[in-house]
Amino acid sequence: MNLEFTPEEIAFRDEVRTFIEENHPKHLGDFGMREDMSPEDMVAWHKVLGEKGWSVPAWPEQYGGTGWTPTQRYIWSEENARANTFMPLPFGVSMVGPVIYTFGNEEQKAQHLPGIRSGETWWCQGYSEPGAGSDLASLKTTAVRDGDHYVINGQKTWTTLAQHADWGFFLCRTDPDAAKPQEGISFILLDMKTPGVEVKPIKLLDGGYEVNETWLTDVRVPAENLVGEENKGWTYAKFLLAHERSGIAGVARSKRGVEKLREIAGSEMLYGEPLMDDFDFARKVSQLEIDLAALEITELRTLAGEQAGKGPGPESSILKIKGTEVQQRLTELTLEAVGSYGTPYYGNITGEAGVGADQRARIAGGNATNQYPIGPDYAQHSAATYFNMRKTSIYGGSNEIQRNIITKMILGL
Amino acid sequence: MDFNFTEEQDMVRDGLSRMVREQYDWESRRKAIESDAGWNPEVWAQLAELGILGMPFSEKDGGFGGGAIDSMVIMEEFGKGLVIEPFVPTVVCAGGFLKHAGSDAQKEEHLSAIIAGKRVFAFAYAEPQGRYDYADLATTAKKDGDAYTLNGHKAVVIGAPWASHLVVTARTSGGERDRDGVSVFIVDKGADGVVTRDYETVDGRRASEVYFENVSVPADALIGEEGKALPLIELVTDEAIAAQCAEACGAMKVAHTMTVEYSRQRKQFGVPIGQFQVLQHRMVDMYTAYEQSVSLTYLATLKLDAGEAERKRAVSAAKVGVGQAARLMGQEAVQIHGGNGVTDEYAIGHYFKRLTIFDHEFGNVDHHMKRHVKLG
Ligand SMILES: Cc1cc2nc3c(=O)[nH]c(=O)nc-3n(C[C@H](O)[C@H](O)[C@H](O)COP(=O)(O)OP(=O)(O)OC[C@H]3O[C@@H](n4cnc5c(N)ncnc54)[C@H](O)[C@@H]3O)c2cc1C
Repeated sequence: MNLEFTPEEIAFRDEVRTFIEENHPKHLGDFGMREDMSPEDMVAWHKVLGEKGWSVPAWPEQYGGTGWTPTQRYIWSEENARANTFMPLPFGVSMVGPVIYTFGNEEQKAQHLPGIRSGETWWCQGYSEPGAGSDLASLKTTAVRDGDHYVINGQKTWTTLAQHADWGFFLCRTDPDAAKPQEGISFILLDMKTPGVEVKPIKLLDGGYEVNETWLTDVRVPAENLVGEENKGWTYAKFLLAHERSGIAGVARSKRGVEKLREIAGSEMLYGEPLMDDFDFARKVSQLEIDLAALEITELRTLAGEQAGKGPGPESSILKIKGTEVQQRLTELTLEAVGSYGTPYYGNITGEAGVGADQRARIAGGNATNQYPIGPDYAQHSAATYFNMRKTSIYGGSNEIQRNIITKMILGL
Repeated sequence: MDFNFTEEQDMVRDGLSRMVREQYDWESRRKAIESDAGWNPEVWAQLAELGILGMPFSEKDGGFGGGAIDSMVIMEEFGKGLVIEPFVPTVVCAGGFLKHAGSDAQKEEHLSAIIAGKRVFAFAYAEPQGRYDYADLATTAKKDGDAYTLNGHKAVVIGAPWASHLVVTARTSGGERDRDGVSVFIVDKGADGVVTRDYETVDGRRASEVYFENVSVPADALIGEEGKALPLIELVTDEAIAAQCAEACGAMKVAHTMTVEYSRQRKQFGVPIGQFQVLQHRMVDMYTAYEQSVSLTYLATLKLDAGEAERKRAVSAAKVGVGQAARLMGQEAVQIHGGNGVTDEYAIGHYFKRLTIFDHEFGNVDHHMKRHVKLG
């Protein structure tokens, strides 16, 4: 056992670090997610990586994967977190891509994989419905075969960034009479510009618009957009959920976040001293770092298992639970660190382009003629981010559902 | 020992509760928040008419002879409806300074206007570097013949955009964090050199950055004794904390009820999610935290008239306990609401936001834990 990188791995780290420094679009800065980010900004880095051939490292090499070892992939995410890049959205790269190359036919691979790799095609995930959240298998949206088409009717919800999506992958009921609800579901690819698809943004509690209701009314989809076999969609969906969970720990990002938190708490004052020198606060930061250190090794152990040929198993539920708890705690401590400047509303963090700007304009009253800043830069959005991150213990299989999985699959209860 | 409310207090609660229910419904509240003014001054006028704004003042001062218990009753109802109106800055803070230390002339000029709903105050005490230390003041007031000249910057002054007057803390002598040398002034917001930048807050209120650029105020703008105001500020802010604890209790009560109700209605896996024992126990813990908060709020409120150390200890206990409960309640309520919990449309997210910001006003959990520790 050994935690050190090999000389080859260090060389690899230096290579990707240099690549990021030289190629990450300068106008994106090192903010990660930003309120005035346009859809183009969100795919800018993806496109650069597509050209380099680094946008889908985890894929098999024959489909454009880099063939990196899990350690190299770990280094890759570390380095991206270090530069706070906005990584490719998961819907294409980590979700539908693997389903298509694993279960799709040659035409589907040829049609869709290039756009996912390059960042040309924006994908969204149409699983959840108003009545089917944790109990996804109870979904009601139907796809009825009509000649060489399926006709889809129903309502999806929480569809992340569907307002920008070109394509979506949808779970639809194709056999309402199947013995078990899981058995009558199919996995269908849908061009979001098809007539009958209507996307309505949902405003979230931070003021942003990152999810949507997606209404489907007599939407005609060519039958060749079915992935794999009819009524086998649940199997593919479960395969995909395992993939979704393995990246969800967000360790590298959280480490970067803790560094930022230390910086903030070093410049905020409490009783005339830096907040970071306050034992009560420092203790909370240390607790967070301890949880994060454990999580990091747990994730590396999972990766090593993967390298030895074990697929991501129910252990990945631990990564989801602890990873999101750490992310949430980090945003909470950041909000605490900024003190009263957490209270102003600075506009939303995840708005469509324009919406953020609009709302910021409402911060405009008073008789001041010059634009006095409202608090330090790092305080902006600290509350919105904390509020927004409550989602992480709800989506991707809620943390209660993850505990149910561990109960069943690991404890055997 | 008596935990009963008086008949008048019950009447106040019923009247307010009806008003909040009938006229402070979710749509009206949203409209007010999104309007240019950011609030509905008619509500304020109505509160004056109902006698709410005069409740905690003595009859001699033109009020209705109530006190902190009345403020508690009022604030709990406000909390239930997430009422944004500036009762704490105007009635509890400005009113508190005037009541405890105002001269007859000051009371005459300001108290009757407050009680009648004609004058709104904000309390400008926080500074960017000062955090929760009321004595950590970079704002100065220099005696200049018959006047004082104020210079400085006050951060996140809640309710200032709605206010015509400010209560301002400033240093008249001593070093930045000395206990001595702190004074309190009443400043007309329209005075020359008062510069404001207004904005919304994440919990639906409005606030301002307030800059004082050589603002001249007459000597009689000083409340109480020059340089000796810190104990007075601590008393008034303790009263404000007790009132806001009551507000948080009201908000927690509603957040809890909403969550239990949601868990009855929302079905997954063929059953209401309220049937899952893991959620049941968490809702029990939320309930327990709420009940404990009510108890701590009573304790703080009933000790406001006690000796200084006893008062501070009780108030800090409440601020810690209620702050911890508010965090638990907000986070769990959102979690149990699932995706709906993080939307703007569902009320629960707004309760969560208010309960979050509660901890940031007048000292957070850590600050009050330290004060409690120091008091032994
Ligand atoms: C910001 C955001 C983005 C999202 N993006 C997408 C997307 O792109 N595509 C998509 O398809 N979906 C998306 N989702 C939906 C997400 O997957 C669901 O919100 C999630 O599955 C939970 O479902 P629900 O919201 O209906 O909550 P519910 O299932 O109603 O759950 C409510 C509460 O009950 C608990 N609960 C439920 N069942 C049990 C049980 N058996 N035991 C114990 N507790 C239980 C839950 O954990 C939760 O606390 C997104 C959600 C959010 C908030």
